[in-house]
Amino acid sequence: MSKKYIIELSNVWKTYTIGKVDVHALRGLTLNVKRGEFLAVMGPSGSGKSTAMNMIGSLDIPTKGVIKLDGQDISKLHESDLAQIRGQKIGFIFQKFNLLPTFTAKENIMLPMTFQKMSQEEKLKRAENLLSLVGLGDRMNHLPSELSGGQQQRVAIARALANNPEVVLADEPTGNLDTKTGNIVMQYLKKLHKTQGKTIVLVTHDSDIAREAQRIERLRDGALVNTKRGNKK
Amino acid sequence: MRAEYIKIAFNNILKRRLRSWLTMIGIFIGISAVVALISLGQGAQAAIDEEFAKSGADRIVIQPAGGFSTSPISVEMTSEKLVERDIEIVKGVRGVDVVTPMRSKIARVKFKDETKGLFIIAISTDKDVLQRVETVDFLRVEKGRQLTPQDQYKAIAGKALADDLFERSVAIGDKLIIDEVEFEVVGIQKDSGNPGQNAMVRIPTDTAKELFEFGDDIGTMMVWVKDAKNIDDVADRIARVLRKEHDVEVGQEDFTIQTASQIVEGFKQIFGAVTAVLIGIAFISLIVGGIGIMNTMYTSVLERTKEIGIMKAIGARNSDVLQIFLTEAGVLGFVGGLIGLAIGAGISKLVEFAIGVQYGISLIKAVFPTSLLVGAMVFSVGVGILSGALPALQAAKMNPVDALRK
Repeated sequence: MSKKYIIELSNVWKTYTIGKVDVHALRGLTLNVKRGEFLAVMGPSGSGKSTAMNMIGSLDIPTKGVIKLDGQDISKLHESDLAQIRGQKIGFIFQKFNLLPTFTAKENIMLPMTFQKMSQEEKLKRAENLLSLVGLGDRMNHLPSELSGGQQQRVAIARALANNPEVVLADEPTGNLDTKTGNIVMQYLKKLHKTQGKTIVLVTHDSDIAREAQRIERLRDGALVNTKRGNKK
Repeated sequence: MRAEYIKIAFNNILKRRLRSWLTMIGIFIGISAVVALISLGQGAQAAIDEEFAKSGADRIVIQPAGGFSTSPISVEMTSEKLVERDIEIVKGVRGVDVVTPMRSKIARVKFKDETKGLFIIAISTDKDVLQRVETVDFLRVEKGRQLTPQDQYKAIAGKALADDLFERSVAIGDKLIIDEVEFEVVGIQKDSGNPGQNAMVRIPTDTAKELFEFGDDIGTMMVWVKDAKNIDDVADRIARVLRKEHDVEVGQEDFTIQTASQIVEGFKQIFGAVTAVLIGIAFISLIVGGIGIMNTMYTSVLERTKEIGIMKAIGARNSDVLQIFLTEAGVLGFVGGLIGLAIGAGISKLVEFAIGVQYGISLIKAVFPTSLLVGAMVFSVGVGILSGALPALQAAKMNPVDALRK
């Protein structure tokens, strides 16, 4: 089972207590993602998409249930261990790009490698290669403020790949971009999946974007509704 | 610590330039005050040592324990006094080279039509004493000559007395009337830097004895030893023989013996205490500076919550975030310290220059030992890191999901 699935969520609950009221963001979510799969998670606002994403990305731990990443139970790990796992196995792409504003494109990509104690030489080489991969070889020393939204998101994609993770989590990666630029970003994600065999989990509310994935899961009230096939095999 | 963390620190400091400057002001005021005070303090102490080594290392001063016996009245008020016989006894002590009494009295001094109450001192005019007199800063002569054994109603005027005290300057050959008796000025003293010494008149011992009726009382005794290295032993021996002569026990002495080094030590102790108080005040401003850094770092943590979330999402451990913020606080301390060091050194040099201009001599030389420079930098970085510790801990403990939501 573990060899086939890189991500396994079994009966995962996440409950927030607001005042005296318990709010269940996830209600017994069970979801498995195969190694090398391209999955889209859809759902209306408040359906628990982002919470599920945080759980898969080891940014948060569940109130109840088990989460396995590459066969390792990460449900009860300490924050420092989770940080280590995030740094090595997961690459994040956010809707608002989330690049550090005072760092150049190259430096932004080097930062995750810094946290993994990579040598300066290797960091530079990898950052330059990754920027070339996303077509920004000529924008290496530009600050995020000097790049367009699409270019910033491509830097974010390159940063997500900095430590060569097995899983790339993209949270509304085209949400802040126009359709044309959004399509370009999606092409890069598809290329990643196809050429590098990365497992990609894409959270979106846009069904056109979701259709680019192999499988689409819908969330409602913190649990899966049904499973659909995407366009791609 | 990684180079990137220093870069992050500098990036953030430069991004918020005004705030960073305001934050660092506290540090550099404190550091500059500490550096200036220590460098000038050490410079002054070195100057005292140098001055002492030049002129006073072989001199002992013996005084009656009750104070100066400067006039018949004060002699009556204090039972203790040194007498002529004490001179002979001290002269016989092993290691003693030259001894002179130094009698003193305040008397009316008239020049032209002006009369002032001035300090008159009288020391021996013996040849061996005269040789030693030139080694004592307040007895050196600038113009004219020293008193000789043949001189009777001759005087040496202090520098300020000659130049400024009277409406007209006093020159060699002028007449001063001391208690109705006329004295001819044969010499003008060198500026000793001491206003009291610069305003006194020196006359021959025998003339003074006759004029002021000192009798047996010799006032103060100045003793020069043969070898400055043995001065403390000689002082002990003098104390022993004087105790025996005066028939007093240890601790009951009716005289005090001070070597120049003891006088210098006493002065240095007072000077050291004053410097310590001033440095203490300067340290308070460093603490205030530290609180400034803490405030800035707390603001920075709040402003950069999202950034902290991003860093955690891409693999930063709590310890990485802690180091990043501590580095930033340390850099604030470092830059503040560096500027403080430069300002402090500037102030010291300025004070050194101003004193030089004011007194025409390089009295104090500002010194900057490596220990002061390194110590100031280590301290300012330490204040920065210590002040940044709590905000950095707050940043490190931040939950990544909450931080990313900001």
